[in-house]
Amino acid sequence: MDPAGRRSFRTGLRLGAPFAVASFLLSTSFGVIARETGFSVVAAVVMSLVVFAGSAQFAALAVLGAGGGPAAAVAAGTLMNSRFLPMGVALAPSLPGRAWWRGLQGQAVVDSSWAIASRGDGTFDRWLLFGTTAPQLLAWQLGTLAGALGGDVVGDLGRFGLDAVYPAFFLAILMPELRDRDRLGVAVVGGLLALALVPVAPPGVPVLAAGLASLWGLRRRRPGPGTALEAAS
Amino acid sequence: MSAVWWTILGLAVATAAVKAAGPVLLGGRDLPERFSGVVALMAPALLTALVATSVLAEGDRWDVGARTLGVVAAGVAAWRGASVVTTLLVAVVLTATLRLAGLP
Repeated sequence: MDPAGRRSFRTGLRLGAPFAVASFLLSTSFGVIARETGFSVVAAVVMSLVVFAGSAQFAALAVLGAGGGPAAAVAAGTLMNSRFLPMGVALAPSLPGRAWWRGLQGQAVVDSSWAIASRGDGTFDRWLLFGTTAPQLLAWQLGTLAGALGGDVVGDLGRFGLDAVYPAFFLAILMPELRDRDRLGVAVVGGLLALALVPVAPPGVPVLAAGLASLWGLRRRRPGPGTALEAAS
Repeated sequence: MSAVWWTILGLAVATAAVKAAGPVLLGGRDLPERFSGVVALMAPALLTALVATSVLAEGDRWDVGARTLGVVAAGVAAWRGASVVTTLLVAVVLTATLRLAGLP
């Protein structure tokens, strides 16, 4: 790690800390629901360790809880995860090394770290990404353990408003992005598209389809000083 | 092996594959400028969809409840510069209070 990388990593640890608090709350609710769905404590913790993708884990639980089989649960979780495909494509040029090494580095992507590491011009600061993910990875495991062990004490999560943690978390990541008019427009279109698909598409597909709104970026940019200004923002 | 463990194994493999696909297939070279333009807009599109579908929908139908109001208030707090933790607290406290008051 060069000095600039080390600095980025430390900055990432600091920026990731509040998201780690959110991850802890979120994974606590995962642990509780996993136990209610018939997971052992060990199974809940192992799942958080080897999958480490919140929305996918919740989607899989929902399918198993509704009586679905493992194939349907994996399919639902993978659809939820499909947003990591465009995220990985976006990140790809910013990762150095051989193919297997880039693939390994790509495992560090979580929504918040991907959004924070994005420089806004299509490139990413990979050490910032790793640093932001690290505290969330730790918190995700601890929260799952706490939820799986203490679920009976906590009881119904909805009563404490903990189900609002997940959307508020993504809103907090999103907010700085929306100060730019292009991004605000794409965000509104993406959100409406997803909502329109909710009644007709399987879980996960609405969010994936919303990614199509980003094709607005294909239009030709205005030449001249405006372009430089946009690149700097 | 039980359904739970098959789910864990399957989802672990699928998640790793999805996350690795882009970096393995496309890494190590620069992509056209227009492509970067699209990539820069993916975060707002995907994140807004995540928020919208988890706040304004329940399963496969639209839904408005205590959580909707709690998260909207959290959004206002975030817009006014509140930290991530404060934003989450606003969402949780307001949602719980509204539920206590009888809102679903």
